[in-house]
Amino acid sequence: MKYSVDENGFYGKFGGAYIPEMLHPNVEELRENYLKIMQSPDFQEELQVLLKDYVGRPTPLYFAKRLSAKYNTQIYLKREDLNHTGAHKINNTVGQVLMAQRLGKKRIIAETGAGQHGVATATVCALMNLECIVYMGEVDILRQAPNVARMKMLGATVVPATSGSRTLKDATNEAIRDWINNPEDTYYIIGSVVGPHPYPDMVARFQAIISEEMKWQLKEKTGNENPNYVVACVGGGSNAAGAFYHYLDTPEVKLVAVEAAGMGVESGESAATSVLGKEGVIHGSRTLLMQTEDGQVTEPYSISAGLDYPGVGPMHAHLFESKRAIFENITDEEALQAVLELTRLEGIIPALESAHALAALSRIGAKPDDVVVVNLSGRGDKDLSTYLDRFQLNG
Amino acid sequence: MDNRIKSLFEQKPQGLLSVYFTAGYPNLEDTVPIILELEKNGVDLIEVGMPFSDPLADGPTIQQSSDIALRNGMTIPKLFEQLKDIRQQTQIPLVLMGYLNPVMQYGVERFCQKAQEVGIDGIILPDLPLSDYVREYKQMFEQHNLSKIFLVTPQTPEKRIREIDSHTNGFVYMVSSASTTGSTNGKAVANTDYFQRVRQMELRNPSLIGFGIHDNDTFSQACQHAKGAIIGSAFIKALAQEGSLQENIESFIQRIRN
Ligand SMILES: Cc1ncc(COP(=O)(O)O)c(C=O)c1O
Repeated sequence: MKYSVDENGFYGKFGGAYIPEMLHPNVEELRENYLKIMQSPDFQEELQVLLKDYVGRPTPLYFAKRLSAKYNTQIYLKREDLNHTGAHKINNTVGQVLMAQRLGKKRIIAETGAGQHGVATATVCALMNLECIVYMGEVDILRQAPNVARMKMLGATVVPATSGSRTLKDATNEAIRDWINNPEDTYYIIGSVVGPHPYPDMVARFQAIISEEMKWQLKEKTGNENPNYVVACVGGGSNAAGAFYHYLDTPEVKLVAVEAAGMGVESGESAATSVLGKEGVIHGSRTLLMQTEDGQVTEPYSISAGLDYPGVGPMHAHLFESKRAIFENITDEEALQAVLELTRLEGIIPALESAHALAALSRIGAKPDDVVVVNLSGRGDKDLSTYLDRFQLNG
Repeated sequence: MDNRIKSLFEQKPQGLLSVYFTAGYPNLEDTVPIILELEKNGVDLIEVGMPFSDPLADGPTIQQSSDIALRNGMTIPKLFEQLKDIRQQTQIPLVLMGYLNPVMQYGVERFCQKAQEVGIDGIILPDLPLSDYVREYKQMFEQHNLSKIFLVTPQTPEKRIREIDSHTNGFVYMVSSASTTGSTNGKAVANTDYFQRVRQMELRNPSLIGFGIHDNDTFSQACQHAKGAIIGSAFIKALAQEGSLQENIESFIQRIRN
């Protein structure tokens, strides 16, 4: 079984580029050039320097002793939360902004849910002196206020998306509409492994640095570059794609993808696409999609803005169907408990998204000698007001 | 096989007016009355929009009409049900326009069958790429005598326009300027170089200009560059005016035509 993209942009039957003709020239330009550009020595050189000196890579692989004791297994945290701007998202935006420059684009647009991708995009735009417009759902603007403030501070324009459930899906619609209306000078930095080919593959390649580092770090620490499990949360799926990437063809490494169950998979308020979705087309790609019988997209729900999305990237749809990855889902409540647990056991406050991956530790059935890597995709600064509220620490 | 779109262009080579509306808007059962009223007022071709929750290529007006239509209960089965006797009432060319996902869930083959059965002449699915169409669906559409209509834009390279022209039979939908639907930024008919360029290519198919056409001025100008023009958002706005469907449609078409 092949888990990487084929020459037509498909992962098995998922993927492709289902876009209106207006986007064709831009997507085609990217498709023709992305690999060539990514593989060129000057691009790689510039990227590696930025990843090291600006983003702060490599991120540590931390043996979480007290958490390991609690779950009676060997748990390592891949500390993507220690990246500049606080999440894995910047691995991708650094890469894509260099891509945009190589393609001669002057204006950058992005969508964001949790605001981490928006902040990471605004950050690299400030660095490269590029105009930056970020689309964000009205609901997310409220629940991720600190990130909105950071984007503004960085000089980006934050445009509220007011349609649908006013979350990530709707922000993505607006970003795509902006791109249609600005076909000449604009580059769309997509924040996850979603969208038309070649975006899912390109974003996965930029995030693959996560598992590339994991391999040598594990080798150093355990003597074996392969863990028994890699666990990551999945919104669109970019941090999971990066954490899985170099293990896709190593079947003895179990890959665990964790979706947001919201109030519960059966509650009608959920974002667990692998359970609730079926094959469909969203945002330019054929993938698993939560939808009605008539093919209308269902409004998802999760407490976590970054996981509140009715689809998954086509690579993950393929990993699900081929059973290469194990899919779990975690409710709001379980995620919140995991936040408190990591905070009090290890002194690390995780993002709500990453907490879904942590909460799956009790589900995977790891044995005492097993090595489990949890991709800690981001830090919890942006979620503090939710945490203070939920844990009644306000008074 | 006879196709009403083909006959239309043979019979009336100039100044064609095509109107788009969203099925199920403003009210669920307005579909057939709107079609009949448009025909009565001399419209040449009608595009019936199948509403979708996430219409990526559409501006605010069609987004809203789609939302309302969905809330009214419009679905593809419902639309076919409404159209089942339409050919006993009118012979105006009818095109269904919508996004791929609802059609995929209905089943593309079943959709084509049903469309032919009720007397549909053409289909527009902006997010079905040409390559997928040619590989998977072209035969199916042709077998059911459905013209698959494709969009071209000012940014579409000549080679691709030719490719599109070679795989379609109906008309080429020239998007006036790079935009989502309904933009009235004044650029709708400004891009005369592009219109000229496409005209000089002497395509097999006739072309119509759409997106941003909203009044007599923009309509007449578009007609100078192509066989005619398509109006969507401006018509939807007219439907939202006070007054009966009949009044709104009549006064809108009059305003466009002169
Ligand atoms: C910290 C963090 N983790 C995970 C995600 C989910 O995105 P993805 O599934 O693409 O990794 C987000 C998205 O905003 C995020 O901010």
